Amino acid sequence: MQDQTNAPVPDRSTTKPVISAKSLDLTFETNDGPVHALSGVDLDIGKGEFVSFIGPSGCGKTTFLRCIAALETPTGGTLTVNDMTPDEARRARAYGYVFQAAGLYPWRTIEKNIALPLEIMGYSKAEQDERIARVLDLVELSNFGKKYPWQLSGGMQQRASIARALAFDADILLMDEPFGALDEIVRDHLNEQLLDLWARTEKTIGFVTHSIPEAVYLSTKIVVMSPRPGRITDVIDSPLPKERPLDIRDTPEFLEIAHRVRDGLRAGHAYDD
Amino acid sequence: MKNLLPILTVLAAIAALWYAAVAPMNIRGALDIAERGGAEVVPAESIARFDRSVWRLMIDNPEYIAAGYALERPRLPTPGQVGAELWKTTGDMALRGRALSKRSLIYHGWITLQSTLWGFALGTILGMAGAVAIVYSRVVDMSLMPWAIISQTIPIVALAPMIIVLSSQVGIEGRTVPKAIISAYLCYFPVLVGMVKGLRSPGEAQLDLLRTYSASGLQAFLKLRLPASMPYLFTSLKIGIAAALVGTIVGELPTGAISGLGARILIGDQFGTPLAIWAALFAAAILAGALVTLLDVMQRVTLKRMGMQT
Repeated sequence: MQDQTNAPVPDRSTTKPVISAKSLDLTFETNDGPVHALSGVDLDIGKGEFVSFIGPSGCGKTTFLRCIAALETPTGGTLTVNDMTPDEARRARAYGYVFQAAGLYPWRTIEKNIALPLEIMGYSKAEQDERIARVLDLVELSNFGKKYPWQLSGGMQQRASIARALAFDADILLMDEPFGALDEIVRDHLNEQLLDLWARTEKTIGFVTHSIPEAVYLSTKIVVMSPRPGRITDVIDSPLPKERPLDIRDTPEFLEIAHRVRDGLRAGHAYDD
Repeated sequence: MKNLLPILTVLAAIAALWYAAVAPMNIRGALDIAERGGAEVVPAESIARFDRSVWRLMIDNPEYIAAGYALERPRLPTPGQVGAELWKTTGDMALRGRALSKRSLIYHGWITLQSTLWGFALGTILGMAGAVAIVYSRVVDMSLMPWAIISQTIPIVALAPMIIVLSSQVGIEGRTVPKAIISAYLCYFPVLVGMVKGLRSPGEAQLDLLRTYSASGLQAFLKLRLPASMPYLFTSLKIGIAAALVGTIVGELPTGAISGLGARILIGDQFGTPLAIWAALFAAAILAGALVTLLDVMQRVTLKRMGMQT
């Protein structure tokens, strides 16, 4: 078995964690009996970290992200976001959320899609325009603001949805398999762009993925989870430098971490079903 | 325009069938008139002809088949006769400055159109309001939806006279209001069903996204559910306006109505003038076609302006 202690990262423990979960439980009552989506989850995420959640289906990685976003309510334990409850944090616009499907409104241009949260939050027209221009630039879609979603490729649509999540300056970016539906080459490109964006904006990112290379390439911290009940089996702090060209994936350090993630996945999940 | 050829092909097939059907349908009438004119027909007695099939009569009297195509009161008029009658009661009268004469189908069409539009407006408002209530309230969904479905199982022909009688009892003069109620009754249902489907079309992820913005229910409605429902709404409106027209015509059928296309159909039946029935029928079909086409154009323009692919 892997080491199961989830001690806070030593070199970041001086500052308070941005997201902190203590013995978090979430049980869904279903017709087939209770489902333990999360069980005893302890995790601290420091400011500016890039944390990936990886594990097989049903391990609770998405559920945990949804708890942080106050889209699900834990049935036990404590969870704080910026020292607030997830509900308060949401009202304080603590996070932007990116779903697997870009979910752009087909009746709005890319600009207007990015304006959506800004309209809801009551930003002035001038400020909306300024912010839209800024985030479009961040995701390299400046020339596509006037286009409709169907005029863009899948990867561009997902970049637009990231821009939408960035538009209101939340410190935390929660991403639920944002590149899961895209092909490998587009995914590589977007991963590079995402790292670049993370470096420039210094956001704290929570990133759910199925892909081991993606998790290792992107993250400063990799959280390995396993199902029934959904729990954390390993937390790996990545020794990789912040500057990561794509070919870092061929280095021994990278492969070593990938190996440890794979071991963690195997240990936590008996493939007997 | 690429579907023009198939449409014309079907139209030509219908016209050919129609023309072919005129011969057996009108052979008896043609023979009756010929007999009264003193001509020799087989068999000579009208009573004897009654027992013969139309096919037999056509074989025995081939020279009178052509006469069936030019009867004054045919069982089945030819498309040409219907067209001529339609022109006589619309375009021709309009040219002579009598477009709004009580004998003109333009006048009767206008009466029908008015009630249709009132009923359509009423039905659309009721349907949309009902849909919003159903989507936002589980209680309304459980209680209203079954009744909405049951309401459509009641034959409108049975209901229409009652609505007319009841509305005159509460002192409503004329037919306009009860007719509008009848057409609203037929028209609200497709709007309701389509709108419920449209308002529910945004997926869970779309609604979650708005939740992450702490959007209010009203914002979710105005920014997501309502625009998402537009394609569904227009499709329903096209069905709804055709239903509203049928409702109005049904409302004009019960005895007592003197104006409107439905009344023309009834009067044509009572006075034995099939041409008048057919002309009114075609006027109604043309009106329905025009209304649906108008809504189709509005749909295209609206969705295009919304940037959606149609």
